[in-house]
Amino acid sequence: MIKAVLVINTQGKPRLTKFYDILVLIDPIAYENFLPFSSQRRQTVEKQQELLRSVFGVLCSRADNVSNFVEADSIFGPDSRLVYKHYATLYFAIVFDSSENELAMLDLIQVFVETLDKCFRNVSELDMVFNYSKLHNILDGIIFGGQVMETSSAEIIRAVEEISKLEAASNSISLVPKTVSGWRSR
Amino acid sequence: MASPSLMDTLFQRSLDDIIKGFRHQQSSTESIFISRVIEEIRREIKSTDLQTKSTALQKLTYLNSIHFIDMSWASFHAIECISSPTFSHKKIGYLAISQSFSESTPVILLISNQLRKDLKSGNEFEVSLALDCLSRIGTVDLCRDLASEVFILMSSSKVFIRKKAIGVVLRLFEKYPDAVRVCFKKLVESLEGSDSPIVSAVVGVFCELAAKDPRSYLPLAPEFYRILVDSKNNWVLIKVLKIFVKLAPLEPRLAKRLVEPICDHMRKTGAKSLVFECIRTVVTSFSEYESAMKLAAAKIREFLMEDDPNLKYLGLHVISIMAPKHLWAVLENKDVVIQSLSDEDPNIKLESLRLVMAMASESNLVETCRVLVNYALKSDPDFCNEILGSILSTCCQNVYEVIIDFDWYVSLLGEMSRIPNCKKGEEIGNQLIDIGMRVKDVRPELVRIARDLLIDPALLGNPFLHRLLSAAAWVCGEYVEFSRNPVELMEALLQPRTSLLPSSIRTVYMQSAFKILIFCIHSYFLQKEDMASEVSHLASKRECSESSGLATDKALVQSDQDEGFNPRDSNQSYEYPSVVDTGDGQTSTSTFMEKKSTMHESIVNVLNLMELVLSPLSGSLDVEIQERACNVLGFIELVQQEFSNPLIRKEANLDREEEIASRVVEWLHDGFSEELGPVSVTAQDRVPIPDELVLKENLTDLEAICGGVELPAPVSLTSPYYGQSAVFSVSNLQAEEDSEPSTESSSLLTEHRKRHELYYLPSEKNKILANDYPPANDPSSGINTNDATEDLVKLADQSLVSKRKPNHAKPRPVVVKLEEGEAAPVVSKKPELKDDLLSGAIHDILLGNEAKAASSQSNPSDKSSSKRKGKAKHVDLPDSKENLAVGEQPNHENPSSRRGKHRGDGKQKSKKSQGKKNGDGREDDGEKERQKIRDHHGRHKSRQRADAPIKVVPQTPDIPDYLL
Repeated sequence: MIKAVLVINTQGKPRLTKFYDILVLIDPIAYENFLPFSSQRRQTVEKQQELLRSVFGVLCSRADNVSNFVEADSIFGPDSRLVYKHYATLYFAIVFDSSENELAMLDLIQVFVETLDKCFRNVSELDMVFNYSKLHNILDGIIFGGQVMETSSAEIIRAVEEISKLEAASNSISLVPKTVSGWRSR
Repeated sequence: MASPSLMDTLFQRSLDDIIKGFRHQQSSTESIFISRVIEEIRREIKSTDLQTKSTALQKLTYLNSIHFIDMSWASFHAIECISSPTFSHKKIGYLAISQSFSESTPVILLISNQLRKDLKSGNEFEVSLALDCLSRIGTVDLCRDLASEVFILMSSSKVFIRKKAIGVVLRLFEKYPDAVRVCFKKLVESLEGSDSPIVSAVVGVFCELAAKDPRSYLPLAPEFYRILVDSKNNWVLIKVLKIFVKLAPLEPRLAKRLVEPICDHMRKTGAKSLVFECIRTVVTSFSEYESAMKLAAAKIREFLMEDDPNLKYLGLHVISIMAPKHLWAVLENKDVVIQSLSDEDPNIKLESLRLVMAMASESNLVETCRVLVNYALKSDPDFCNEILGSILSTCCQNVYEVIIDFDWYVSLLGEMSRIPNCKKGEEIGNQLIDIGMRVKDVRPELVRIARDLLIDPALLGNPFLHRLLSAAAWVCGEYVEFSRNPVELMEALLQPRTSLLPSSIRTVYMQSAFKILIFCIHSYFLQKEDMASEVSHLASKRECSESSGLATDKALVQSDQDEGFNPRDSNQSYEYPSVVDTGDGQTSTSTFMEKKSTMHESIVNVLNLMELVLSPLSGSLDVEIQERACNVLGFIELVQQEFSNPLIRKEANLDREEEIASRVVEWLHDGFSEELGPVSVTAQDRVPIPDELVLKENLTDLEAICGGVELPAPVSLTSPYYGQSAVFSVSNLQAEEDSEPSTESSSLLTEHRKRHELYYLPSEKNKILANDYPPANDPSSGINTNDATEDLVKLADQSLVSKRKPNHAKPRPVVVKLEEGEAAPVVSKKPELKDDLLSGAIHDILLGNEAKAASSQSNPSDKSSSKRKGKAKHVDLPDSKENLAVGEQPNHENPSSRRGKHRGDGKQKSKKSQGKKNGDGREDDGEKERQKIRDHHGRHKSRQRADAPIKVVPQTPDIPDYLL
């Protein structure tokens, strides 16, 4: 199962984070002791930040020409591996367990990046920054509930485009564009 | 009220605006910007206008995932958004929910209805949103409520929906195992075909399920086999291989059938990921198939030859899986392995280190370790410690199995602790003590090494080595009789810089110094006796008439004492420099007086030194240090009287005092010289608890009594040293208990022993056999070890290739081992309840409920019992009607009828049942898939099966040879 997908830039800023295994995030002690929900949540958020920081710490310490696998047990708990790839200013990382194949995960990153590239025509970090929701659409097209669902980028793009159309259609129903930018652009 | 809302809606900033805003912020102003935005969001999100609300929620979701802002407070607003009819609002809402909800979110149940509605929606993307949400946050309640909706979607005509519905099943099963009864047959049916995205999804689900409980899915092996042979999709193949790795150990007959197709894939495919998976499958599960292993090894070799570090790493990784059983695979690739040790990739280095250690054997260990330690000196701190750690763990395997020359190993340990980056002090320290206790012959060398460590000024300042120093101090104190110069040891133990040590370790230093002091004084006394008796001997021999009364008197006293003395010490070596062997008995009285005075002097010096160092410590705030300091000072006071004025003695009271002092010293020395031996970790379990000891007595009375009393903080108990003092301390304690298990107040004693275990005497008898042992020799360091790679290659050339005859010039010393394994007892883990439920449910469906049939044989319905006798081939309809209820709730009362149906149902029947609605069809679906399996193997199998189940034991259903 895939536990998380992370995209971090070379300065350590997250560009996309998606966790499929909630157990990675919740502090087991807080969970078992039925601590109040709010404190659990706060921990979750803090834990995310901490995880991301440690992942970035590992990634940026690695030279460019070394292998792309990292034993991540110490960060994500037992049976965790991390595969990453470094493109320009971004690290793409997938955290997974023993029921996934390391090289296949590497391919999956490739699929993801290729799809992004096709969607945004020469994708750059800026595209990732400004197309937050589309990014999620693409990722959701590939991975579903921690399982790889689709690996053909043509299929993924088809679905993403339809979703975009649907969103656009539903937005145009509201007669007045209400955002400032929309307002200005008229 | 209305106006701000209107303002909000008109001038709301979109997510893009926020992102742009962020780009203009400095890192210093960012947090202010965020808090402003959140304020805005908090206002906007309350708006009644869903557009405004959803935009605010989207911004919040963004902040949550990128800037880690808490968004749990907005959970209700997210629910409002998903109930919007507008797709974009819905989507924002679902993203927020799946990102922020968890089991404990209070409002989570409120989404149940909306999810159901969306699951039934005509818009496939809305359905997909709901499925995605369910797959990530589905709770027990949600899964229970929505199982039937998911089931319907599993037969959706749209592949897009169907594969996602299948993906959700994983979550359903995990949270709500009863969903198996609804969805499982559908899931198995979806395995049909071999290359559709549906199969890919199902295989993924089964891979996850099989990882948790492989046995339940064994009956599906034929399906997976078919996919393995037919499928062209690498993703699917990899997952199928993963499943088979789990199944293979359970069913040995699988291997025979699987090896061929797997090797086929390995030969034909161009995809490295698939090749790798095949290799891994073969080496983990089919290692007894020679040809497959050869092929795998050849493929691994290809990986190793690649430039891609990933392939190289994975290649080495699978070799290390092979290594324990197939060392040849490592040896074949030893050139690459050795070269990889100096690779720049940390992963590759680590793997190759593991392999190098796997290749280490008695014959090449010395060489390997020498090269590795030299290499460690040059590598970065992390890898250096990896190297040291792997040397340590390899060498101590099976009670130092590989080590022949312990002198060498002990000096290697000393060498390792001097490596600047060494952080393995604790482990090295443990091994020093362990070896000291187990291997008697190595003790002289051990003391020498420990001495070197103690006097090395560089080590004291390194906190990683403190545990090592404590071990060295203990070794010096315990085996001081092997020391060449105890005074030097004493000075090292009392040096001012010991104040750098944590108090727990300082106490060990102090105690060791005390032991050494006792040893010195004792040998002084002994020497004096020897000489005195010699004098008397000489005197009597010469028949000196004018012999001084002094000498004879003393000699008499001494010989009197001699009778009480334990002669055990006479065979110990006296290497105390001033204690020169008195030789052949011709020594003149004058020389011995001289010697005696020098020795006397040095002891007085030592006493003075100790007093000087320990006096200030008697006021230490640390209880342990204070106690020891006071004890030692008290003792010093006692003996000092005797040594205070050696030359002018008053005969009468001198004898008295000396007698007291020497007796005390004798007792203490006897105490300290008892042998400490290793003890099994399970020793405690074997001690019977005495009858009168009630361990579980309620201690509330005690609490009431002690209620007012403030108990002192248990400093020593919580101090790290005692907490961690490894096996020895605990085991020594256990040894004592072993021998005298029925002491009263044993718990108090135990407590005390736990705290002072080092100073307790074990009553266990010495198990170490004496053995003549050649003197310690320094490890040869003649070979120049400057060039690491050159060395590595050399290593590859000689030590690993040639099976050099191990040099048996020195016999391997006796290593004390315990009879039973020292491994901790295996704790059997109870499987989780949920998994039990799940596997139980799957068992019911897949294996036709034999288990239940067997258990409920006492009340079988007439029909089925009569049927069981022979007419397994056909079934009446009433039976299946009886079963309709089963799909809804697990009915354990009438399983025999279900079984009857399982037995006989034909294909026609299941086809018929497909037309029915889910309620009716469920059982039949199950029947169908079972039938399919059986059809695979021919009729006679199914017949056999039909007769068999009555005898089947519930937990181990007889699994037919599926693949034959």
